[in-house]
Amino acid sequence: MFEGYSLAELGSIFAMQGFAGLILFSVFVLMALGLAIIFGQMGVINMAHGEFMILGAYVTYLCSTFISNYAPALFPAYFFVAMILAFFASGALGMLVEWGMIRFLYRRPLDTLLATWGLSLILQQIFRSVFGAREVGVVLPDWLMGSVAVTDTIEVPINGLFVMGLTIAITVVIYAVMFRSRWGQGVRAVMQNRVMAGAVGINTEKVDRYTFGLGCGIAGVAGSAFTMVGSTGPTSGQLYIVDTFLVVVFGGAQSLIGTIASAFTISQAQSTMEFFLSGSTAKVLTLLTVVVILMLRPQGLFVLKVRR
Amino acid sequence: MTRTPQTSFLGRIDGDIAGILLLAALLIVILPLGLDIFRLNMVGKYLTYAFVALGLVLCWGSAGILSLGQGIFFGIGGYCMAMFLKLEASSPEATKIQSTPGIPDFMDWNQLKELPWFWEPFHSLTFATVAVVAVPALLAFIVGLAMFKRRVGGVYFAIITQAFAAILTILIVGQQGYTGGINGITDLRTLKGWDIRTDEAKLVLYFVNAALLIGCILLCLYVRRSKLGRILVALRDKEDRVRFSGYDVASFKIFVFCFAAALSAVGGAMFTLQVGFMSPSFVGIVPSIEMVIYCAVGGRLSLLGAVYGTLLVNWAKTMLSESFPELWLFAMGALFIGVVMVFPNGLAGLYQQFIAPKLRRLTTRRTDAPVAGAPIIPPHTAAD
Repeated sequence: MFEGYSLAELGSIFAMQGFAGLILFSVFVLMALGLAIIFGQMGVINMAHGEFMILGAYVTYLCSTFISNYAPALFPAYFFVAMILAFFASGALGMLVEWGMIRFLYRRPLDTLLATWGLSLILQQIFRSVFGAREVGVVLPDWLMGSVAVTDTIEVPINGLFVMGLTIAITVVIYAVMFRSRWGQGVRAVMQNRVMAGAVGINTEKVDRYTFGLGCGIAGVAGSAFTMVGSTGPTSGQLYIVDTFLVVVFGGAQSLIGTIASAFTISQAQSTMEFFLSGSTAKVLTLLTVVVILMLRPQGLFVLKVRR
Repeated sequence: MTRTPQTSFLGRIDGDIAGILLLAALLIVILPLGLDIFRLNMVGKYLTYAFVALGLVLCWGSAGILSLGQGIFFGIGGYCMAMFLKLEASSPEATKIQSTPGIPDFMDWNQLKELPWFWEPFHSLTFATVAVVAVPALLAFIVGLAMFKRRVGGVYFAIITQAFAAILTILIVGQQGYTGGINGITDLRTLKGWDIRTDEAKLVLYFVNAALLIGCILLCLYVRRSKLGRILVALRDKEDRVRFSGYDVASFKIFVFCFAAALSAVGGAMFTLQVGFMSPSFVGIVPSIEMVIYCAVGGRLSLLGAVYGTLLVNWAKTMLSESFPELWLFAMGALFIGVVMVFPNGLAGLYQQFIAPKLRRLTTRRTDAPVAGAPIIPPHTAAD
């Protein structure tokens, strides 16, 4: 498959595809981080995670339309407002769902899967009724347009760089919240030993609700970032949900580092192969490899060593 | 008294058999008399999903293994049958306008010059019929062997099977020249020279399908009644205890998974025969998880419930999407949530909770009436 390309060309192809892979990686990481918190830490399968992401994307879309119509001067900065709104919208919905549904199902993970799938169907139809079946895209502010030429043959789009920067920032924030703050300590305590955490005075129900909300909120931010690189439709979330679950499982469900590493591997493999093979073959090969590796190593790449 | 448990045991057996007879009467007598051929064909289509639901009752209800990839097996079964029918429909005479006569039309459109090797054996009906059951069972065996021997279960198993469903769909859609792509394998005409598109053929196929379904229910009932069935329930509830008692848990799980796969595949093959095409839209994530809800609505523990659940959900789907298409997804979503949160045992659970006690009271009152000393007739004989 490499015939007909010179070495320099191959280098550029790998660099460009590698960069395209990095954008995919960013979206994966943002989606998978939320899922890793909900699934990895809480053990809840949230099949509606993609819809929480799309909610964030629609909030961003609404925000961009609103600001460009009523406050055009603020348009260059709309994205930051939108991101915060998306976080709170998805997070609030997540907490509502946890309160109304998930908390009754903690002991029945398979049933949670079905119930959240039902939720995802309902959310999809709501999106379709409100925003229409057609995909919508946001207008990017001028400073995000264009690309940076690194060499003559390699060009890097600015919005991609921005999304990557954003991903790094959010990852760092989540790491700090989960592993360096008192609240994160509480979350980890509840997930490791619920009864004991309750005994030392942690309100476990409240922790559950906020953790779920945080995971969904991150999904909202992911959706917000998603609008920079793709258009949003009612069923866009469903396209990503299986990939994201595989990313989380592949990385080792309890390990945030593992999630990032596996998102990187999967996205890079997929986008590099996409150039040489057809898109569908690349995807099939990637997914198949991941599934086969998971069969051989069901615990995932990175295992958190915790005594239970 | 030793008599009481025996009576209730007999009563249970007869209850199941009576239920199957009732279902058989409904499917073979009442529905064909009451519906025109278009609607009957539709019921036949729904009933093919009931095979999948039956498999799920054993796999998920009895053994606690939730597979979100039953569409894979349904689809493979359907594709095996469709490949045979397609080859028969693309004889060199029927396809002489193509640039390569004698191969299916979609291959010709995709510039294929000869039949791919894996299509060759499907010229034979015997091979195709065996493949309908064998290929899915083999696939399920490989997947089951890899997963259950490593003690992967529960949620992980569900996600991996779902990933397989996604992979297979992408593969079928992507390899257009070999599989017919997103449109699937269409324009199927005859089975060994017998035109399957006529109303008469549809009627015959409906009866074949119904009879097969009843046969499969009996087979499932047999599996559930056997010691194997009880071990499955035991490993659902306390897997470790079964393992420590010396049973090879993985083998039982592999068996039930393969069995469910084969059942689904039979459904898929019947689907192809009755509907006249097969496409990736019956393989992927969404149809696979919908098949789980058919089973859940009927009651994941009840074979008969699963059949009624399938019929009911599909009937509601057709009715709602004919008149209020936008309501359907809401109803479906609410169904998922409702079944899980409010009545986890589905229709069968509701029946057992509310209707069965009333029926029992009615029948016992009747048998209480005879004077003391008269021979006691067990309640179930009255019901027969």
